[in-house]
Amino acid sequence: MGEQLPSRGWRGEAHLASERGASRQFTDLLLEQLGQHGWSPAEVFAIHLAAEEAIVNAIVHGNRLDPGKRVHVVSAVSPDRVLITITDEGDGFDPSRVPDCTLDDRLDLPSGRGVMLMRSFMTRIEYNAKGNSVVMEKIRA
Amino acid sequence: MPAQRRIEVSKVKDVTVVKFLDRKIIDEAGIQELGLELFALVEQEDHRSILLNFATVEFLSSAALGKLITLDRKVKSHKGKLKMSNIRPEILDVFQITKLNKVFDIRSDEAEAISAF
Repeated sequence: MGEQLPSRGWRGEAHLASERGASRQFTDLLLEQLGQHGWSPAEVFAIHLAAEEAIVNAIVHGNRLDPGKRVHVVSAVSPDRVLITITDEGDGFDPSRVPDCTLDDRLDLPSGRGVMLMRSFMTRIEYNAKGNSVVMEKIRA
Repeated sequence: MPAQRRIEVSKVKDVTVVKFLDRKIIDEAGIQELGLELFALVEQEDHRSILLNFATVEFLSSAALGKLITLDRKVKSHKGKLKMSNIRPEILDVFQITKLNKVFDIRSDEAEAISAF
């Protein structure tokens, strides 16, 4: 996907273990940087939620909690733009085949809302062709 | 029932009011515990009128939404009522985007919710 990272600001990278709760190692740092770069509490909430959902998807559905696999996270935060790339070592998936969780007959299912929340709370999200890597971008309103 | 480490429960009139002890409902183990404690209110203690007061909650993930949906099903199958209140705007956005505001009975504050049972 070859994303152009913001030229100024903070850039972070992490290789997370494929275990529940591993996202915290990254999101704590991300939240600190968003605050330091002046993002509002509502924007921080949105970015945090999208990052959390994407990392959990990568760990649980992508790497299937395989301790031999990692989730690679690259992020850049500037005062007007946030870019986060999350890549797992799984087989990938086709995001266009994720059912719409807001359809009446799916409304009360307990899972399947992560990708919709990522799309809603970020300016742009884009998967690679294999479906094991997602780029999420938020532009300051 | 499990020891309550994730919620605080009180009674207002005939309504069981649940407050959350975690500001952020994110990690899987915590969400599992939260689910067990909420489900016990219905399945072990037979509470029929339950209000979830979200005043303390600043963040929740979609995994937490899953537990709330399961709780709602359990309450309905026990012929009870579940309502929610004091949800901050960012979290209300999550409910609206996912259209869960159509599934849950969401009220602005605790007094309004209690009077609606």
